[in-house]
Parts: sequence; C-alpha cells; structure tokens
Amino acid sequence: MEGKRIRSKLFKLLCKDWAVASLFLAPSLIGFAIFYLIPFVMGVLYSFQDSTVDGSFVGLDNYNELLASGSFRKAATNTFLFTGVSVPFIVALSLLFALLLNQKLFIRNWLQTAFVLPLVVPVASIVMMWQILFDWNGTVNLWMESMHIERIDWMKSNWSMGVLIIVYIWKNIGYNIILFLAGLQSIPKDYYETADIEGAGRFHKLIHITLVYVTPTMFFVILMSIINSFKVFRETYLIAGDYPHDRIYMLQHYMNNMFLSLDIQKLTAAATLMVGCILISVTVMLSIERRFRQFMD
Amino acid sequence: MGIIAAMMLFPIVVTFTNSLMTEGEIDHNYNLIGKMINTAAGEKNGYVNLKLIPDWLSFGQYAGVLVRKPIFLQMFWNSVLMVTPIIVGQVLVASLAAYAFAKLRFWGRDKLFIMYLMTMLMPFQVTLVPNYIIVEKLGLMNTTSAIIVPGIFNAFGVFMLRQFILHIPSSYIEAAKMDGAGNLRVFYKIIVPLIKPGIAALIVLLFVDNWNMVEQPLIFLGDSFKQPLSLYLSRINEGDRGVAFAAAALYMAPMVLLFLYAESYFVEGIQLSGIKG
Repeated sequence: MEGKRIRSKLFKLLCKDWAVASLFLAPSLIGFAIFYLIPFVMGVLYSFQDSTVDGSFVGLDNYNELLASGSFRKAATNTFLFTGVSVPFIVALSLLFALLLNQKLFIRNWLQTAFVLPLVVPVASIVMMWQILFDWNGTVNLWMESMHIERIDWMKSNWSMGVLIIVYIWKNIGYNIILFLAGLQSIPKDYYETADIEGAGRFHKLIHITLVYVTPTMFFVILMSIINSFKVFRETYLIAGDYPHDRIYMLQHYMNNMFLSLDIQKLTAAATLMVGCILISVTVMLSIERRFRQFMD
Repeated sequence: MGIIAAMMLFPIVVTFTNSLMTEGEIDHNYNLIGKMINTAAGEKNGYVNLKLIPDWLSFGQYAGVLVRKPIFLQMFWNSVLMVTPIIVGQVLVASLAAYAFAKLRFWGRDKLFIMYLMTMLMPFQVTLVPNYIIVEKLGLMNTTSAIIVPGIFNAFGVFMLRQFILHIPSSYIEAAKMDGAGNLRVFYKIIVPLIKPGIAALIVLLFVDNWNMVEQPLIFLGDSFKQPLSLYLSRINEGDRGVAFAAAALYMAPMVLLFLYAESYFVEGIQLSGIKG
C-alpha cells in the first residue's frame, strides 16, 4: 500500500517535471530529432542495406566492399594521418604560446587579438592567399629560391598535407590559446608562492604545477582540435576542388563524391565507420580524463 | 612572439592592401598562379609578385565587384538572408532548451544531452544522405530553408548556453519560485537577463561559423543564384583575379569588424565552453 502510494507520487512528480521540461525542450527536441537524430539512425541502418528504397538487410557487405576500395583506404589513411600529426602539433604549439602570453607582456592583448583573428576570417576569403603562397610559381617558392633551395610543387605533391597542416594551425591556434589561457589563469597563485618559498626553480614549477593543473583543459583542447581537424575539408575543397592531390584526399571528399555518384551504401558505411572512430576516441579520452581526475583528488 | 603574431595577420593584411591595387596591377602580379612555367627554358621571372604596398591606390577592384558583377551583391545578400534567421532561430530555441538541460530535472536528461553533444562532434557528411532525404520529403530542396532550418537546430547553441546557465546559482531561481514565479517567468525575468553575455557570444560564434558555410549549400542549393558568397568566391578566384581581392575583403569585413567590436564576448564564449559544468 505504502509502496504504491510512493510510486504514484513519484509518477506524478515525473509527469510534472516532464511537462515543464518538455515545454522548454520541445522546439529544440523536435528539430533536433528531425534533422540530426533520425538522420543519424537512418544513416546507420542504410549502411546495412543494399538500397535506400525498400532495401533488404545485407549485413556487412557494404563494409567489405568499402574496405576493399582503394580510394576509401586512401581517404581514411589521409584523414587519420592528418588528425594524428596535426592535433599533437597544434596542442603543443598553442600551449607554448599560451604560456608565453600568460606572462605580463604590455602588448599582450594585441598579440592575443592577432592569434584569434584568423578564426573569424571566412575560409573563402583567404583561399587566394594560400594559392599565392603555395603555388608552383608562388611566393614561398620565390623565398626558397633566394635561399637556393629547390622549388616544390606544394599542392601537387606529398607536401600538400604539410600546407594543410599550416592552414589548419593558422586558423585554429587562437581557439586553443584562449582555452589554455583560461586554464592557466584558473591555477591558484598560492601554489606558485608555496613553491617559491620551498625554493623550486622555474622548470620545476612548470612541470609540477602548471602542466599538472592545465591537463584537464588539455583534454578539452584535444577534443576540439580533433573536431576542428575535420573542418579542414573546407579549405581543401576550396583550394583544390573535388579531386585534390592524393595526399589530401580526405574522408569528406570521399563521402561527397560517393554522394554525387549516388553510391549511398558506401557513403553511409563510411560515415558509420567514421562515427565509430570518433566515438571510440572520445570515449577513450574521457575515461583517461576521469582517471586523471581521480588521481588529482 | 611579435613576429609570429605578424605572420598570423599577414594573409589578412595582404588581402586588404591588395584590394586597393588597380585591377591591372593585380593581373600583372598574380597572372602566374596555376600556370606551369618551363624553368629549363630559362624563364627568369617565374614567380608571382606578392606585394604589400600598392603602387597606385585605387578602388577600382571594389568598383569592379560592385558595379560589373551584380551577382556579387546578390550572393552577399544570400549569405545575410541565410545567416540571420539561423542566428535568431537558434538563440530562441537553444536558450529554452539550455534552461531545461541546466536547471530542470527530468528523466533521461543527461543521456539526451550526451546525444546532443555527439551530433555536435560529427562532420556534416556523416548525416548527409538521410538529411538529403528528409529535406526532399519536406519539399525544401533547392530552397534556402534547407540550410536555415537544420542550422537553427544545431546542438551548439544548447551546449554553450547551458554552460552559462549552469553558472547561475540555483538559489536565485528557488527564491523567485518561492515568490510564486512559474518556470516561464523565471526564464524570462532571471535567466535571460543574466545570460545576455552568453547570448552575445553565441551570436558572434554562430555568425562566424555560418558565414563560412561551404558543405551545406554545396549539396542543397543546386541553383547557383541562391548560393552564399563562400562558394562564389572560390569560383571568382579561378577566373577574374582583378576583382578577387576586393571580393574577399568585402566578404571578411563584416566578420573582422564584428570581431574587433565584440572580441571580449567571443573570447568569453570560447572560454566558458571549455569549463566543465
């Protein structure tokens, strides 16, 4: 009897909260479901069917075909390589700059503005600059010649990924620096004062205080850098079009091209695989972070 | 540090200074882009001539863009017409949802929020096909609504405003409820005024992201007269170099001005999105 009453009370409470919450949530949730959640689930289902219209279940056939495809393997390798190289690089570089900017420099605000400004510049506006710099007849090659170095066809050789990494860092480093600066400024000053009293050197303080306490921020920075590394497709597409040099043919190119050639099965299978990889890496990062937090407490 | 900062600004500054050159000077400086020059044949001036300072100060490129290429203004306007409804819509929809996620308790809240977060991480191409089918079913294909409506429901606004609302002490809300205010009243009288900086930051970030749109219009807008400037610019770059710098400068100007005006909101928005609630 008692249990039943509690349960019905709980049910009422649940309903009431849901009623209020759904009032606030409904507009967002409906749109979210229609344009993100349902499409996502549909995409995963398609990847196991032989056709999007009245398709029948074919198991992993699409995936087998996908993995056998040379252009998919190329695109996946490039994407993986690009993220794997550029993310550690940008994280290290932005931490370094944030440490430098965190000092009391009198033009600090100006420097910060300079680093963050590229973030707001539309990709399309700056594409021409990249072409001028990295063309076969471009300015970088001119500089190299003046230093007696052989000119390089940047966008049409293995160097193209290097160019892309530069573009990516140029665009995104400001974002990371802002995040790191916030992280650095949240470290209590007395940690450093205590260390000073104990006679710790600068290097010691950097390793044992700064780096330890900036690590939670670093997880978020890495996460955002991975997400932003996928957005480099915009630059690649605007610089080099649908079929760029082999080195910078990314998964997004592959998916776009599969879409245009109406090969929906391969596209959805590739999308599902990519989501799987993102989910795995995010989950791994979050579990490492949780462990790190326990270690800190 | 200063040198690196100057390197960061270099492409932006060059775009602006070059936009003030005469069209003839631009053609003369950059006509080598995309051409193979036979160096073995002893070609001496086989490089483009990147110049910072114009020989002749001129608004000729701007005139070229604005007068001889009316399509430029049309596409600039297309961009405005796409970005404005996305910003207005997302601020409205996301602030309501963010309040629910931050301050209301309901069953399945955290799981639902994680789903929101997950879609934020995915590249656009991942949901391309189902989205295409849904857009087609709704009869929105080849209309700007195909870009605006999904844009409004992007999870980013919910995520960011939730972070801001989490920082509002719950005691404010409880006190208001003691005085008999309902949730709507709390939202409108307490939450909205307090998250104004958050909304400003969201507006700046949304503007940046959507002004930059490439993938969505590429897929959903076959009709090139409806496309935003971002796509048009990449075409202008290949053809008519004479006016390309002015077009690029005009395209980035709203962003750069907004940024210089609202930098602190922008920075605050990014910083708060990084602090775990």
